[in-house]
Amino acid sequence: MRVTVRLFARLREIVGAAEVSRDVTPGATVGALWQDLVRERPDLSRYERSISAAVNADYARMDRELHDGDEIAFLPPVSGG
Amino acid sequence: MEALTRVVADHAGVHGAAVTFLGLVRQLNAGRQVRFLEYEAYEPLALKAFGRIVDELTRKWPSAHVGVHHRTGRLELGEASIAIVAASAHRAEAFAACRYVIERVKQIAPIWKREHFEGGDVWIEGATADPDDDQARSAAERAACA
Repeated sequence: MRVTVRLFARLREIVGAAEVSRDVTPGATVGALWQDLVRERPDLSRYERSISAAVNADYARMDRELHDGDEIAFLPPVSGG
Repeated sequence: MEALTRVVADHAGVHGAAVTFLGLVRQLNAGRQVRFLEYEAYEPLALKAFGRIVDELTRKWPSAHVGVHHRTGRLELGEASIAIVAASAHRAEAFAACRYVIERVKQIAPIWKREHFEGGDVWIEGATADPDDDQARSAAERAACA
């Protein structure tokens, strides 16, 4: 299965791209995808406890299962206003 | 702001009060001389978050109607980053609804600001966005009713 990952603000800068594609195994979760990214970019690990995630532009928990074609967004702590 | 005011003026005669809020780019932040701010948003989710905030406040203040607009990109000192209009039958609800919107936007809207100051730049990181966090929602309600 292939999914799209969207990254914002500091996370985008650490990864060096606003959007990347990743192959995931059936049954993989948002959390597992995040761990894959952390292995690639260890600097992401300090966001372990402060990120939020969204699947197809809706907030989602880390245990959410992924489906082919999903768009997953990882969001650092927000600072709008 | 005119567009926002129209949002609430559609109920002309029903509302007795309209409260507006502008968030402005401030020159001094945490001891740093700010040059300008740069905002970024995950737009489809930000719009849903605004919708959720409106749903929440309509349950709490049924007579309130609100409009909210957040800008993205580079904003200079003194420019408005966010505009909110809240109208209601009575002023207490209008003030409360307006305050509630800004508090919740800061908690759950997927929007980020990067501060460019004299000598560097930094992404500002506030709250971990979790719309189901009842403690955060209650804190916004308390601020709105203070």
